[in-house]
Amino acid sequence: MNIIGKAIKYGDDINTDVIIPSRYLVLTDPRDLAKHAMEGIDHSFIKKSKDGIVVAGKNFGCGSSREQAPIALKYSGTRCIIAKSFARIFYRNAINIGLPVLECESLWDSVQDGDQLSLDLKSGNIKNLTRNISSQAQVLPDFILELIEIGGLLNNLKRARV
Amino acid sequence: MNAIEKILSRASGRENVLPGEIVEANIDCAMVNEITGHLTIKYFHEVGAKEVWNKEKIVMILDHTIPAGSVEAAELHKIMREFAREQGIRAFYDVGRGGISHQVMMEKAHVKPGDVVVGADSHTCTYGAIGAFSTGIGSTDMTAVFTTGRLWFKVPKVIKVNVRGDFRKFVVPKDLFLKIAKILGVSGANYMGLEFKGSTIRDMSIDGRMTICNMVIEVGGKAGIVEPDEKTLAYMKSRKNDRFSIMRSDPDAEYERTLELSVDDLQPLVSCPSAVDNVKLVSEVEGVELDQVFIGSCTNGRIEDLRIVAKILKGNVVSDRTRLIIIPASQEIYLDALREGLIETFLLSGATVTNPTCGACYGGHIGMLASGEVCLSTTNRNFIGRMGSPKSKVYLASPATAAVSAITGRITDPTSFKSG
Repeated sequence: MNIIGKAIKYGDDINTDVIIPSRYLVLTDPRDLAKHAMEGIDHSFIKKSKDGIVVAGKNFGCGSSREQAPIALKYSGTRCIIAKSFARIFYRNAINIGLPVLECESLWDSVQDGDQLSLDLKSGNIKNLTRNISSQAQVLPDFILELIEIGGLLNNLKRARV
Repeated sequence: MNAIEKILSRASGRENVLPGEIVEANIDCAMVNEITGHLTIKYFHEVGAKEVWNKEKIVMILDHTIPAGSVEAAELHKIMREFAREQGIRAFYDVGRGGISHQVMMEKAHVKPGDVVVGADSHTCTYGAIGAFSTGIGSTDMTAVFTTGRLWFKVPKVIKVNVRGDFRKFVVPKDLFLKIAKILGVSGANYMGLEFKGSTIRDMSIDGRMTICNMVIEVGGKAGIVEPDEKTLAYMKSRKNDRFSIMRSDPDAEYERTLELSVDDLQPLVSCPSAVDNVKLVSEVEGVELDQVFIGSCTNGRIEDLRIVAKILKGNVVSDRTRLIIIPASQEIYLDALREGLIETFLLSGATVTNPTCGACYGGHIGMLASGEVCLSTTNRNFIGRMGSPKSKVYLASPATAAVSAITGRITDPTSFKSG
């Protein structure tokens, strides 16, 4: 799976409360959640999120178990999140809803907001097309790649029931 | 093996497991609240499931938004209520029946030592206090549990936290955990377990153990755990649940590393805006003016917490410059506090007491902060906007620090407070 998009850069410890503030968790339509994605720290996110690739520092998605966090990002048009590391529950939730997540230590330093990135999910190879720099993300295990490719765990559960 | 490894071995039907291995475990109990549960219910229908895997092992609790403060919240409650009825799930805690999920899970003995428990709420790690392996998961993973009763886990590495010494007056388990957060940082235990050991932990009540296990997620941890002892057995007996097996770490169990701590000289700590590991001595930030003080939550809304607060508030009034909100964590605690006269003390001091709910902690229901406001809170997170406006600020501290600070209207070290 190849993904191309523009980098949207954030720092360390981006938590679920800023990804989708609690007061919006009563909303049930994913498109409504998406309108408030990253609102806690970046009101301009939703204007640039279509086909965006979020590039973040350490511990992305720390905090609550709210699946509304990766849902808001997915429905905002975000194609993928590449972080130095992820918080545990967010990482699982993102994969479960079919939002690709990659861990890459080296990318962050060499990327600027708005850079055009191209990545191959299977190999973990990331190309910064704007700056002509390559980075290597950790390769995802096959079962996780498969979950992302079929669009998440629900599709797996549906298959298992057929 | 350590206790977490033993529990995961047992639940996955294996002789032994190693850190990093993926195991598929049978789930002993699964809990959802209205914020995460409505998604699970939607997904449950989407995958074409008709019946939950085991209606006796599912607990559904309304807590984040009770009583409903908006039509949207009321709709979520309705989804939960109808699903519980349709599936015959008896452990459904409606408005007025339970309180904050993690407190209810323990009080109503839905959790036992040695169990594998998952909850669609990150503070599910609380139940390590009685020696269960419990962890927070998302709504989709919970759909897998609702339909199959099983879930995969990566066996975590475990950090041993060995704590010795005696707390000074008005220094409490919350201060101990803030110390741990300062040392480990907000991602210092990412994907790992924390096993709490040592004389301080053995002397600590179940309430206190719940506080420290509750906050394990704030350093990225997957689960916290305390070895069951006579206090655990007494607690389980009082909850009329004595059918369980105890898993203890072997003397030669392996750990990722060991953290040695003493609480003899521990002073009251405060986690400053806007990260849980931004920890300072209360004495270093004394004098910060407070618009609101909040005492409650799954971290610090238990009877032991309320007793300390009442001891400090008795005969005193809340400063004119601030407002104090107190929320008992459950209906049971509320009733105990009422019978012990604590609620009367709170009201006479000028505090407002609300029904058990996550409420102010979660910043989506009641007790929210306006822009520019500063709150001292006994809760677990001080992220930007956690309790309301992104322009508000939250300091985290113990119930003792919170109560004394409510009287002065400024952040105040409780150890200098003279109680009656």
